[in-house]
Formats: sequence, C-alpha cells, structure tokens
Amino acid sequence: MKLTKLLASTLVGVSLLAGATVANAGEITVVSWGGAYTKSQVEAYHKPWMAATGNVIKSEDYNGGVAEIKAQVEAGNVSWDIVDVELSDAIRACDEGLLETIDASTLPAGADGTSAQDDFIEGTLHDCAVASIVWSTIFAYDKEKFPDAGPTTMADFFNVAKFPGKRGLRKGAKVNLEFALIADGVLAKDVYEVLATPEGVDRAFKKLDTIKGDVVWWEAGAQPPQLLADGEVSMTTAYNGRIFNAVAGEGKAFEIVWDGQVWDLDLWVIPKGTKNKELAMEFLKFSTATEQLAAQASYISYGPARKSSSSLVGKYHNKDIDMGPEMPTNPDNLKNAVQNNFNFWADNADQLNERFNAWLAG
Amino acid sequence: MAASDAFVRFEKVQKSYDGEILVVKDLNLDIAKGEFLTMLGPSGSGKTTCLMMLAGFEPATNGDIYLDGTSINHVPPHKRGIGMVFQNYALFPHMSVAENLAFPLQVRNMGQAEIKEKVQRTLDMVELGAFGDRRPAQLSGGQQQRVAVARALVFEPDLILMDEPLGALDKQLREQMQYEIKHIHEQLGVTVVYVTHDQTEALTMSDRVAVFEDGVIQQLSTPQELYENPKNAFVAQFIGENNRLLGVVEKIKGNNCTVKLDDGTIIKADRVNVSSVGERSSLSLRPERIEIDPPKSMENHLTGVIRELIYLGDHIRVRMDVAGNDEFIVKVRNRADKRDLSEGQKVKIGWKSSDCKALDVR
Amino acid sequence: MRISIHFREPNHMTSTTLDQKDISDASADALIMVDGVPLKQKLAETTKKQRSRALLLTVPLVLFLVISFVIPIGQMLFRSVHNPAGSNVLPNFAIAIQDWDGKGYPSEAMFELFVKDMQNARKKREIGKTVGNLATRMNYTIPGTRSLFTSTSRKLSKVTEGPYKEALFKIDKKWENKVIWRNLKRVSRDYTIAFYLAALDHKFDDDGDIIAADKLYQIYVSNFFKTLKLSAIITFLCLLIAFPVSYLLSILPLRTSNLLMILVLLPFWTSLLVRTTAWIAILQTQGILNNILVSIGLVSDDGRIQMIYNQTGTIIAMVHILLPFMILPLFSVMKTIPPSYMRAARSMGATPFTAYRRVYFPLTLPGIAAGTLLVFILAIGYYITPALVGGEDGLLISNLIAYHIKSSLNWSLGAALGTILLVTVLVLYWVYNKLVGIDKLSFG
Repeated sequence: MKLTKLLASTLVGVSLLAGATVANAGEITVVSWGGAYTKSQVEAYHKPWMAATGNVIKSEDYNGGVAEIKAQVEAGNVSWDIVDVELSDAIRACDEGLLETIDASTLPAGADGTSAQDDFIEGTLHDCAVASIVWSTIFAYDKEKFPDAGPTTMADFFNVAKFPGKRGLRKGAKVNLEFALIADGVLAKDVYEVLATPEGVDRAFKKLDTIKGDVVWWEAGAQPPQLLADGEVSMTTAYNGRIFNAVAGEGKAFEIVWDGQVWDLDLWVIPKGTKNKELAMEFLKFSTATEQLAAQASYISYGPARKSSSSLVGKYHNKDIDMGPEMPTNPDNLKNAVQNNFNFWADNADQLNERFNAWLAG
Repeated sequence: MAASDAFVRFEKVQKSYDGEILVVKDLNLDIAKGEFLTMLGPSGSGKTTCLMMLAGFEPATNGDIYLDGTSINHVPPHKRGIGMVFQNYALFPHMSVAENLAFPLQVRNMGQAEIKEKVQRTLDMVELGAFGDRRPAQLSGGQQQRVAVARALVFEPDLILMDEPLGALDKQLREQMQYEIKHIHEQLGVTVVYVTHDQTEALTMSDRVAVFEDGVIQQLSTPQELYENPKNAFVAQFIGENNRLLGVVEKIKGNNCTVKLDDGTIIKADRVNVSSVGERSSLSLRPERIEIDPPKSMENHLTGVIRELIYLGDHIRVRMDVAGNDEFIVKVRNRADKRDLSEGQKVKIGWKSSDCKALDVR
Repeated sequence: MRISIHFREPNHMTSTTLDQKDISDASADALIMVDGVPLKQKLAETTKKQRSRALLLTVPLVLFLVISFVIPIGQMLFRSVHNPAGSNVLPNFAIAIQDWDGKGYPSEAMFELFVKDMQNARKKREIGKTVGNLATRMNYTIPGTRSLFTSTSRKLSKVTEGPYKEALFKIDKKWENKVIWRNLKRVSRDYTIAFYLAALDHKFDDDGDIIAADKLYQIYVSNFFKTLKLSAIITFLCLLIAFPVSYLLSILPLRTSNLLMILVLLPFWTSLLVRTTAWIAILQTQGILNNILVSIGLVSDDGRIQMIYNQTGTIIAMVHILLPFMILPLFSVMKTIPPSYMRAARSMGATPFTAYRRVYFPLTLPGIAAGTLLVFILAIGYYITPALVGGEDGLLISNLIAYHIKSSLNWSLGAALGTILLVTVLVLYWVYNKLVGIDKLSFG
C-alpha cells in the first residue's frame, strides 16, 4: 500500500518535472574542442546563458573537421546543435550545404552601439558562420633549454645549428608551409602570393627539408605543451592559448615567439536540419555579444572577434596577468603575422597535403 | 646372475622429482641379454620412472644405470640406441607410416635404398606391408600399435622398452597383441623391458616380473614363482586372486607355522615372512586350491556358509563366509560329478598347508 | 634380420575398412527404401526439417553480418567508383556535355545549361547537390579550382541572359582554360576510375590519358609496400617472440601456465590507447628506457636514442599489441602435441635439434599458419597505434585511409584505397591458402 503510494507520487513528480522542462526550457548540444578551450567557453558562455534562460547545455568535445557534421546532416539525424569550427571547415561545409545560413544583421550590436557588421573584425562574419575568437599558431620554446638567449624569429626556429634540439611541428601542410617561407625570408604579407606558385611551394618544402630530421610531429592541440614539458623537443609550433595556459595555469617556463604567427578564426556554425535551430541561434547571439567574448578572454588567450570587446579584456581570471599582450591580435604580436588564407587552403589543401604526406614518407 | 652377465643394470638408483619424496628407492636390478622383463605395479609405484631413466628422459637422482657394461648416466637418449614403444604409440601424425619407420634410419644417415628396403621388410613383418603410404590416423588402434612396434624395431636395437603399449586397446585385441609381441621377442631375441599395471599381461609375456610398489621392487621372479610363492602380502594380493584370513602366529617350526585366526580356528601354513610367535599374520590362499568336501589328507579343515554362487561356465565361483570373512572365494571346477551347491548351505572346505602362505599384515 | 611372423589375428580389421569404402561408393545410389523411395531422397527429407531449424538459428548472425559487414563493404566498393557530384549538381549540363567532342569550347547551349544548373544548385542548396560538392570533386581533378566554382556561383546570380560563355569568362578568366571543360565532361559521368588511379599514384592527363602522378605527389603505392613490409616484420617478430613463450606455456604445469597465460592476456584487458601511451612514456627520448640507458652510461645524455615516432616505435608497439594473437593459436596447438613425440624421436636416435626440426616444428605449423595470418591481417589494417607512435615514417595505409575519411573528406579515394587493401588481403589469403591450406589452420 505504502509502496504504491510512493510509486504513484514519484511518477507524478517525474511527469511534472518532465512537463516543466518541455514547457519552460530546452536543451542544446554545443560541440567544441575540449580542454582549456571548452572550459573557457563554459565559463564565459554556457553558465551565464543557462542562468539567464533556464535552458540546458550539453557540452561535447570533438577533434575538428567536417566529417561528423557531414555524416549527421547526410543521414538526416542531426544531434549537434551548434559547433565550434575552423574557418576553412566552415567555408567548405557551408559551400556543401551542410550548415544553416546565418543572417549577420540579426546579431546584437556592440556594447558601444556599433552594428554587428561593423563591430566584428573584417572577415569574421560568413554566410553560415560567426566567429567568436581569433587564435594563432605560434612557436614556443622551453626557456630552460636556452637560458642565455632564446630564439626570436621564425628563422631561428629553422636554425638547428644555432638553437639545437628537436622541433615540434603539426603534421600537415597548413601553417608549416607559411612558417617555412617566412623563415626563408618571405614577408608575412607576401606568403600566399609566393605559395601560389609552384616555385614557392618547392621553396617552402626545401626549407622544411633543412629540419626534417629533427622534427617530432604532433596532431592534437594538447600535444605540443606536453612535448615541451617532457623535453622531447626544445621548441615547437603550438596554438597560443595552449602554451599560455601551460605557463599561466601550470607555471611552465615556456616562451611564445610571435614572429611569423599565423592567425585563424574559430566560428560557430549550426548544422543544417537541427531540431533546435532557434535555441542554437539564441545561444549563438548571446555568446558572441561584446561582454561574453571579453569574458572568455580572461580564461584563455584567444582574441575576441569583436572590436568592442578588446577594450574590456582584462586580467587572467585567477592571476595577475594582463591578457592584452597575450592576444594574437595585440598590435605588438601582429608585426610580422599572417592571416590564414582560407581560400588558398580550400583550393590547395588536397594537393599540398598529398605532397606533404609524400614528402614525409620520402 | 653375475654382474658381468647383466645387459641392463640398475645399481642403487634413487629418483626424486621434488626433493621431498623418493619415487624410486634404492633400486637394484639386473636384466640379462634377451630377457623379457616386466615392471609391474600400480600407478605411482615408480615403474614408469625406472623406464624413463633407462631411456634417458629422466636423470637418476642417485646411483648408476649400466647398459652392456658401461654407465649411461650421462649418455643422452638419442645415443643410447634403445627402441621404445609408447603408451599412445607416439606415431608422428604428419608423416606416413613408412616415413615414421624411416625416421630412425634417416637420422642415422642410412642410404635411401637401404632405408626403403628395411622399412618394407619391417612393415611386412608386422603384416602392414601395404599400409606404408597411410597416415597413422587412417589406421585402427591395433594397426597403429603394430606400426609403433615396427618403428621401435626397424633400427635393430638390442633393447626395446615398452611403456604400457597395449593400454589403449580393447581386451580381445590386447590379448592378441600380447602374443604377437611375445613372438617378436622370441624371434628376434631382443631384450625387452616392459611396463604394465596389468598382471595378466605380465604373467603371460614375461621371463621375469619385477613387482613395484612404493618405489621398491617387492619381488623379482618368474611369473610362476610370483604366483605360487609370493614373498609378501602385497605381491600375493596384486598377483592373481587371493583369499585373506587374519590371525596371530602361534607356533613356528622351520618353514611351517600355525596361525590362530581371530575366531579361534587354528590353521597350518607355510611360513613366508613372519618371524616370531605372537606376530599378526595374513594368510593367503588361492581360490582354486580350496576344496569343498576335502580329503582327509589335507591339513586344514573348516566350515563355511555359501553366500553366493556365480556360474562362469568352466568353473563356479562360490562366495562364502569362512572364519568371519564373508568375501572368501572358492573356485569349483565345473565337472560332471559336481555336487549340488546352494546359497545358505553349510559346506566343509579344506586346503593343504603348502597352499596357504603366512604373510605379513599390511 | 630376416624373419616372418604369422599373425593369428584374423585379417578382418585391415580388409573391412577397404571393403566398406568400396561398398558405399559403389552402391549408395542404388539403395532403395522399403517404400520405394531412394535412400538419398529419404535422408534428405528427414534431415530437411532439422536443417531448416538450424538455419533459423543463424538468422540473427546473418542479418548482423549483412547489416554491419556486407552492406558497408558493398557501399565502399560502390563509392570508390561512383561519384555523382557532376550529375547531381549539374543534371542537364552533365547529359549535354557528353555530346561535346572535347575540341575547342562546348557549345553556347551547353554553357547556358551550365549557368542555369549552377544557379539552380545555389538556389536550392540541397544537401549533396551544392556547387560546393562539385567544387570539391573538381578540386580533386584540377587542384586549385574549388574557389573558381564557389566564387563564380556567387557571382552568377546576376547573369540572367546570354551569351553565357562570355558572361562566364568575364566573371573569371580561368574559365577560358579548356582543360577545365574537358575535365568537367569527365566529372559529369557518375562512374569513374579516377580514384583508383589516384590510389595507385596515377591520374588522367589533360587529354584523358592515364599517366603516372608527379613524383613529388606519389605516396600510395610506396605506402602499400611499406605497410606490407612493416606487417611482415611485425608478424615475423611476433612469431619469434611468441614461439618460445607458447612453448614454455605448453609444457609448464597447468597452474603456472594459467598464471602466465593471464599475463599474456592482460594487454587485452587494457585499453589500446592506454597501452600505446604507455609505450610513449617508455620509449620517448626523455622516457624510462632512455633514462635507464643514460644512467648506466650506455648512451650519453645528448645521444639519446629515438625509439618512438618512427618505424621502430610502430613495430615495437604493434608487436606488443598483436603478440597475444600469435601466442594463443600457437599455444593451443602446442598444448596438443604430446611430449612423447619428442621422446619417441629422441629414442630413435634424433638429436634434440633434429627431433625439434623434424617432429615438433612441423606439428606446430597449423598454429604458426593461423597466428601469422591473424597477426599479418590485423597489422595490415592497423590504424590507431601507427597514428600515435608512427611519427613521419611509421604511418600505414590505414592511416591514409583514415585521413581521407576524416580529414580531407575524399571518401571516394578513401574507399578506393580501402578496396585495394581489401583485395590485397584477399589475394594474400588466397596465396596463403594455396601454400598452407586454410583447412590446416588452427586458431585454438
């Protein structure tokens, strides 16, 4: 008797609860790159949004690429509502019709009243994607390995005689070819012009040849700080935020060299056919507002995509470290910098990666 | 037998596997050339271990083994030149019958033609001349057995060891094979050391039998001697059928003695291994030596009650209660003038004192 | 020795086996049952019900295999030759262009169809039928043309009337390149062997002839051979290590061998990733093994040995991971070889080595055959371990397949590579069957 009563009341309670969820709040799945980066998004976007709207966010990690989105969309079973992707992937997925289009005019204006179209840094708004951050591939070294004078230029990275030790490089053509050309004396602004010619490609590979025997290749963003920490390499290319977090969070003696940095965007995209399109769009607008982008920058050293956020960027969330100088977009860091040319890579990635793979194996 | 006559000689051989228990205790045994000697005993009595030491697969822990006058303690098995037939034949399954037979000749680097000739001759000898191309698995158990024998013979060793070679055959075939092996032995004049736990087999085939128990040879003698004059209670019980009556030695006179059974009956018997008056003794009596309605000339007269009659054609097994032992068996020959017996009937029985052996109690 | 012994044993045993065989061979067909039905038919009838019931039991497995194995592999085979991006995106143009002889430019009508189809595709934005899909496909054929298609598609919305050829040339001069149109004609066909050519380091030249790819871009054929070579090395090392271990396991008393067997199987209970990562910790230049070597002075601190992120690392880690697959079949076969065989051989005068070579070793062949086949086929398709510890030269063909499936999204090329791998394995299997005989394998 007692048991039935208990069961009945539980059932009522559960159904009430379920009803409440349906009526008042929704759930969306937000997919990002994991680790420190997702953590910064959770702190700056997810938590405030959930608090403000009562909606629930299910956070999932992935390793980039369009494969999963393509699979979900083509199967007509989309479970990812909003995904953090790289620019070239966003463009390609958009071209192939895998993404919902996003009208930039519906995005909120900046805190200072500038319209979204003007507030977002040029090239950060696209047909199907809205950028949240600017990140960069830089190279970093272990200060203990070079106590007297560390490397300062991209050319130093390729100079194994002067700065001995293994080098960490991402396994792939992208960014490495740019780095090679810069190290070989090509100005940052001319990199893609040179790379567009067969001679330029040969030149880049020739430069890579000079350190090929000293390279440890990495693939996941978490690897380079680990390679440095393990002493496997004396310097390595890396995503700047990962190195910053190893320094700020774990007290590692790593130093970032900004010369020749190749910066890129991370953007929100909404896979075509998601059942939670409205809610995902709402989250997208919320998270790319001036304050949220600025807030994220206090957790990881990636630059906000809005100009209006820059002035709000302050210190690291739990330490007295100014975030400004750590941003890829800081003018000091941009002196000799390249923006990743998505069009170039959209056209040439297949071919250059093939050549890169052949070069690696040869 | 003088030491120089011994073809195989065990001298003070001891063997232990684990350093705690001696499985062979102080074995001394001489085997003459051309002799068929059987090591008989229950499993775990040490007989197989002795065979393995002779073959060279187990080293003796102490003592020496001589073959033809020289110690073979440090001669590896393949240099001993001993033929061996294994319990499950150990025919090589990946070779044909002829290849199996050729194996010992090939390892002796014999010429191709000679090998062929010897293999065929030996196969003919065991009447398997047409089976050379078959695989062992294609033969019946009896045929496999004969191949195993042929293989042990083909390289003409002077000594052949057989480790329970007939254990896997059914009764009829086993008896058949006993004769065959015996004939081969007689024809070739090889020395055979044969291990079995089957006493019938041992009695049928052997020149001499060594009865093993607990790592010690209990008795070494001809089959007849073994049956007629067991040296102790173990041998008496292990060889053939045997009635046992327990009592105390009352009087000793030379090789004769009187034993008072537990129910007070006095029995005259041959003294075998009891040494003093007052000692407990077990009397051993073969069932076929007991007479119902015995003639006066027999020294011992008792009364028994018939409990069970089993008709076996050539004789009748009578189980009766005699002097408190209700497992007392008497074999009555099935003669035309046989008297009628029935269960519950009281009968007089008797036997000669020379058929009754006063042995130790164990 | 010259003797003859006459056995009293009746010869029935030797002769009946032969006779029975003869009888059954000769007269089985002729046997008729009492009710006039031939024996074979009667037997088939009575066993039919049994058989269909047994068949019913296999239905779940068959369904599972069809869904999880036959269909995906069929799809892979299909995808490797079927790429309808051209006709999907440009349905009308794709048909029309086939009439073009490839000389000069296509006709104005064809250009009109091209423009209309492009505009349509952009308007509809149907999944799998967008300009982006065509651009991706074309980019495989002529690298660097993706943006030509995507940017042209954006600008084409303004083109409402002819002449369409001129309009296109105005948008981008690259359209004047006849090679693009010739390739577009080929891409418009749904079925192509282009991906197989690519997978074999070949391609169509501008005239449609098959030529070898530029040396700088050749990677697949050499990688196939490298994969075969590495797999062979790994298999051989596995055999070399597993053989004595299995032998030991097979002769030890049951309790000890069970314990050791658990140690052998222990890797199975650990995540593959954990095991591979453990190897990284051990083998890396600042890792345990190098530290030991340095501390005992075998190598200098500067001369630490590179044991991982190369082929050595791949081989070490994969040998470790695949070892149980060699040990298990070997062990199960060795376990069944009675020690008396070796003893018999030695009693007949064979030295330990001869006895081993002529008797023991041949008897382990079924296990060796099974183990090597298993390990080789697993190694040839291995993916995660080489990806983690392979470095630049330890990558196997499956890593390239994964790259095309996950990163470059060139599924057709991935499928073509996968199909070639599948065919390679089947061919090897067939050769193996010819050499060893699959019926002789013993997986334990």
